[in-house]
Amino acid sequence: MKHIISVLVENKFGVLSRVSGLFSGRGFNIETISIGPTLDPTISQMTIETTGDERILEQIIKQLNKLIDVIKVTDLAEKEYVEREMCLIKVNAPTEHRAEALRIADIFRARVVDSTQKTYTFQVTGDEKKLEAFIELLRPIGIKEIVRTGKVAITRE
Amino acid sequence: MSTKQITGAEIFLECLKKEKVDTLFCYPGGVVLKIFDVLYDQKDIRMILPRHEQGGVHMADGYARSTGKVGVALVTSGPGATNVVTALATAYMDSIPIVVFTGQVPTALIGNDAFQEADIVGITRPCTKYNFLVKDVNELAKTVKEAFYLASTGRPGPVLVDLPRDVVTNRAEFHYPDKVEIRSYNPTVTGNKWQIKQAAEAIAKAKKPVAYIGGGVILSNAAPEILEFAEITKIPVTHTLMGIGGFPGTHPLSLGMLGMHGTYYANMAIHNSDLIVAIGARFDDRVTGKVEGFAPEAKIIHIDVDPTSIRKNVRVDIPIVGDVKHVMVDLNKELHHIKEPWEAIRKSWLKQIEAWREERPLTYEYADDVIKPQFVVEKLYEITGGDAIIVTDVGQHQMWAAQYYKFDKPRNWLSSGGLGTMGYGFPAAIGAKVAHPDRNVFSISGDGSIQMNIQELATTVENNIPVKVVILNNRYLGMVRQWQELFYSERYSSVDLGSTPDFVKLAEAYGAVGLRAVKPVEVVPVLKEALKVKRTVFMDFVTARYEKVFPMVPAGAAINEMIFGEEKKKEVKKLKVVK
Repeated sequence: MKHIISVLVENKFGVLSRVSGLFSGRGFNIETISIGPTLDPTISQMTIETTGDERILEQIIKQLNKLIDVIKVTDLAEKEYVEREMCLIKVNAPTEHRAEALRIADIFRARVVDSTQKTYTFQVTGDEKKLEAFIELLRPIGIKEIVRTGKVAITRE
Repeated sequence: MSTKQITGAEIFLECLKKEKVDTLFCYPGGVVLKIFDVLYDQKDIRMILPRHEQGGVHMADGYARSTGKVGVALVTSGPGATNVVTALATAYMDSIPIVVFTGQVPTALIGNDAFQEADIVGITRPCTKYNFLVKDVNELAKTVKEAFYLASTGRPGPVLVDLPRDVVTNRAEFHYPDKVEIRSYNPTVTGNKWQIKQAAEAIAKAKKPVAYIGGGVILSNAAPEILEFAEITKIPVTHTLMGIGGFPGTHPLSLGMLGMHGTYYANMAIHNSDLIVAIGARFDDRVTGKVEGFAPEAKIIHIDVDPTSIRKNVRVDIPIVGDVKHVMVDLNKELHHIKEPWEAIRKSWLKQIEAWREERPLTYEYADDVIKPQFVVEKLYEITGGDAIIVTDVGQHQMWAAQYYKFDKPRNWLSSGGLGTMGYGFPAAIGAKVAHPDRNVFSISGDGSIQMNIQELATTVENNIPVKVVILNNRYLGMVRQWQELFYSERYSSVDLGSTPDFVKLAEAYGAVGLRAVKPVEVVPVLKEALKVKRTVFMDFVTARYEKVFPMVPAGAAINEMIFGEEKKKEVKKLKVVK
């Protein structure tokens, strides 16, 4: 089962390595991970998407809490939250497909961030389902490259 | 400016003094020359030079285990640092508080593949509780303070501090913080009151309870509370390898060790129990055997300072997170309020346990013509009155020592439990002897293990640290051979140590004393002689080659599925005495 875990950590060098080392050393999965600063410059925020049954998830959360540099761990499954991911997609866009590509992009509120005679690069944001659906529709046109940020998530008030 | 600026090396020394460090196990090298130069002038800290950095950190570990204080070591960069990795992993697995300082190339060269550079912080991240790279001399004192604090609090463990050369040569004012505040590190000390009450009620209700104690009891100095607990509730107590000495081994309620080479009665008691009170133990696979078959009827109370230990391997009904000593004080208070006729309600259970104890006591077959290793341990126990510090290596001798030496007090048994590090024993014994110059320290070892840090003979002789080393010499890597005999059709692949050196001559070559016993009648005289001599002694006991450790729970079996070794009796005949 997929889980999104939000982790507040000290903003120090080596912390990412401690967290990723914990996952690899204990055989836990990282599906996606994203890291960024918070309002407090001494604290970074990690959003980790992982899989595992209840027992594994309990261990992941406990083990994360045990790391000296980890300040707070939140299992978002226990809360209401919104998740988003951004994706940049470069597609083939020869003359005969340009209109089609733009139409699909429009449906998903994707923006064109780069355009050449033969390609479009779209920027799209949303939850996983939306991104997957967008990618599926573009696939027949011919996707050259995909770059995804990994998920970020925030609890709802 | 009122305070004067001193070098990082001087700050380092001042920090050690503030931490009341009396012994430093240290091996010099290029980037730490400045520190050694500063240490040269001081008299407060005894410097012990090991002959290998691994040995040095095992010494710090032995010092820590035998005293409860933080053990401290200092090594140079690169190979000096990588040599301590095994010793750090050993301490990490057994939660031993040590602080290891490593030299590092100057900060400007870090990452340049400089001479004797190793990313030791990266290398040791998974085998330390925490580690630091100090990048600024102004951070040095605070970092050292944090290192000692982290090593010794919560679930203890090794901490490494990496010191680049420029950090120890640069200058700063020395301010040692009085207190440490790490916002993300707040170990739970006191157990949840409600959970403790639940536990007390469950203990009172249980018909067939067993207390299962581990290294956490030793680490939190909770042996008196465990004794009180057992005597209030008349609960039988079994211990892990790490929990030896946490409850008196000669106490009528002691079941001895459980698990793979545990006693029949301990394993049977656990298997048939309706309540397990796990205290500072972590349900290691050597304890549980096949997890699905482990104590099928039992409710489990688990007391541990580390929440990750709880529900890691087995289901737990009443978890209590907290320092063992604190929790046990509270639990005992709670139990004093419960007016159960403890004696009466435990009677039939204790009777059952006595029946198991009589059915299959811990035993071996004595022989007249060849030394049985268990016999050596028994005699050592008798001669030392059970009052020596016993340090072991890893393998058969370790299990025999655990089975046949009875420990009534904590911190008299030092052994690498979690990592199972061959080569741990001798240097750890040296560390223990440094801390306890007036006590007898025996290292029990095998002929395999002793060769994995034998160079420390020079350290004991040079520094006059007389350690008594019992070598149970069967010219085999005995435990591996035992597995090959039992599970690999007697195909003895790479276990025959036929060309084992002459340990007597070897000891003498280093300036120590060598003694040998080949016949059982020679065992006691050799032990007595070793006890009398005020120097380091190697005792070479030429033992039965094919002796095996029993009982044994084969890998993958449940702990009630023990084998006892009555099947084969060819051991004695096959023996050939070497030299």
